Amino acid sequence: MTEAVLPADFSDLEPFAATWCLATEAERYARRMASTMAELEAFYQAGFPRIGEALGYCDKFPLDGLPDDAHHLLQLVHSLIMVAMCVEIWHQPNVIDGADAVLDRVAEPLP
Amino acid sequence: MPHFAKPPAGSWTQHYPELGTAPVDYTDSVDPAFYELEKVAIFRRSWLNVGRVEKLPRTGSYFTRELAVLDTSLIIVKGADGKIRAFHNVCRHRGNKLVWNDFPGEESAGVCRQFTCKYHAWRYDLTGKLTFIQQEGEFFGVDKDQYGLKEVACDVWEGFIFINLEPAESLTEYLGDLAKGIEGYPFHEMTSVYTYRAEVGSNWKLFIDAFAEFYHAPVLHHKQAVKNEAEKLVGYGFEALHYELSSPHSMVSSWGGMAPPKDPSMVKPIERALRSGLFGPWDRPAIEGLDPLPPSINPSRSPSWGTDSFEFFPNFTLLFWAPGWYLTYNYWPTAVDRHLFEANLYFVPARSARERLAQELATVTFKEYALQDGNTLEATQSMLASRVVSEFPLNDQEILLRHLHKVVADRVKEYTDAAAR
Repeated sequence: MTEAVLPADFSDLEPFAATWCLATEAERYARRMASTMAELEAFYQAGFPRIGEALGYCDKFPLDGLPDDAHHLLQLVHSLIMVAMCVEIWHQPNVIDGADAVLDRVAEPLP
Repeated sequence: MPHFAKPPAGSWTQHYPELGTAPVDYTDSVDPAFYELEKVAIFRRSWLNVGRVEKLPRTGSYFTRELAVLDTSLIIVKGADGKIRAFHNVCRHRGNKLVWNDFPGEESAGVCRQFTCKYHAWRYDLTGKLTFIQQEGEFFGVDKDQYGLKEVACDVWEGFIFINLEPAESLTEYLGDLAKGIEGYPFHEMTSVYTYRAEVGSNWKLFIDAFAEFYHAPVLHHKQAVKNEAEKLVGYGFEALHYELSSPHSMVSSWGGMAPPKDPSMVKPIERALRSGLFGPWDRPAIEGLDPLPPSINPSRSPSWGTDSFEFFPNFTLLFWAPGWYLTYNYWPTAVDRHLFEANLYFVPARSARERLAQELATVTFKEYALQDGNTLEATQSMLASRVVSEFPLNDQEILLRHLHKVVADRVKEYTDAAAR
C-alpha cells in the first residue's frame, strides 16, 4: 500500500491518484489519449460525484497556499475535466472530427 | 425568417458595396508567388502584435520572436526608462544571432542587464547601444555609436505590443476607430494566461476564415452540445447581431454566451458542476470596466450579446466573451501552406480552487472546439492546392472572410503597381 496523497475524506479516489494527479494540461491530455474508454469511465464514475465536496475542501485554503493533499485533489479535478469531455460527449478518447489536429498548451497557471 | 435585422441595403455584404457579392478566388492561399508578395506588401509594412506587456514585467525583461514571415528574429525588451523596444536579433560584429538559449531557432525569454553575444562577447545595453567590443584595439576604428542593434518600430496599445518593419503611420492611426472604441476594456486585470500553439498545414488566411465566421458552428461543432440543444442550434443556423468593417480591420458581434444558461439541462454535467463552459465561467469577475463596456464591444447593445471577434489586419484576432474574459489569436505564416497558430486565453486571476477550475473548464472546452476547427484546414489546403476549383461563393455571414481576402488582394496589387511604376 503506497502512502495516501489525497485528503482522508477522498480515500475512495486514492486508486486514481497515481494516474491522474498531473500538474500540466499536456500531461493530462497525453494520459487521456493513452487511456481506454473503460479507464476513463471508471475514473469519471468515481470522481464526478465528488467534485462538489472536492471544491468545498480545496476552498478552505487560499489557492496559493494549498496543503499537499488539497493540491493533489485539485489536480485530480483538473483531470476530471479532461476526462469529462470523452465520457459526456465523445464516447471516445479523441475529439470527434478532430482528426489528427494538435494544439499544445505551452503556458498555464499551475494548480 | 431572419432573427436579427440587417442593414437597409438588404445584407451586411451589400452594406459595403466595394466588397461585391461574386465568388471569391482562393488562389491567394495556394500560390507560392502570391505568398512572397504578401510578405513584402503586407507583413513587412503592417503593425503586428507580438505579445502583451505582462510578459515584460521588469527592466531587462525580454522575449524573442522567430518570425519567418519577416525573415527575421526579433528581441523585444523593456528598458530602464520603462519603454519597450524591438531589435533585430543580430550581432553587429559578424551576424551571429544574439539572443537564444539551447537552440537558435527556438524563442526564448528572460531578464538581463545587457545582451552579450555568445560568439565574441560583444555587448549591447537595453536600448540597443553597443557598449563593449572584445579586444577593441584589434579593430580599425569601429565607432560604437554606429554599431548599435538594428531597431524596429515598436509601440503599445492597451497593453498589446506591436512591431512594424516599415511603418507608414503610427500604431493608433493604423488600428483606427474600431480599436479606439475598445480602449478602456480592463485588459490589465486579466493577467492569468493560458497559451496554446500549433503548427498548422494550411495558409494563414484559412484559419482566420475558420474563426471569422460562425456559420460553421452549429454544424461542425454540433456534437459538442447535448442532443436537444444541438438540434435546436442546427435548426436556427447562425446569424450575427452585427458586422462592422473599418478597413483593413473588421469585427463580428454575436449572440450566445448565456452564462449561466437559461436551462441547465441544456449543458453538460461537468459544466453544471463547475459553473463554466465554452463561453466562460458563469460567475463574472468582480472588477470594474465590464459594465458598461467600451462602445466598440457589443456595438448593437443587444441584450442577447455573447461574443465579439475583432480581426486586426493582417493576423491578430481579439475576441471578447460576455462573462468577462478574452482571447487572442495570432497566425504566423511560415510558408504558403503552413503557419504557426497561437492562442492566448486571459482571465482575471483565480482567487480560489473553484474559480481556477471554472477557468480550466473554459480553456479545455476551447481546445476541444479548436481541434475541430483545425482539422478541416489541412484537408481544405490540399484541395485548394489541387486547383480543381478556385472560386467559392461566400454568404452574408462570411463577410469578414470576403473582406480579408479583398484587403489582401488590394494591398498586394497596390504594392505591385507601385513597384511597376
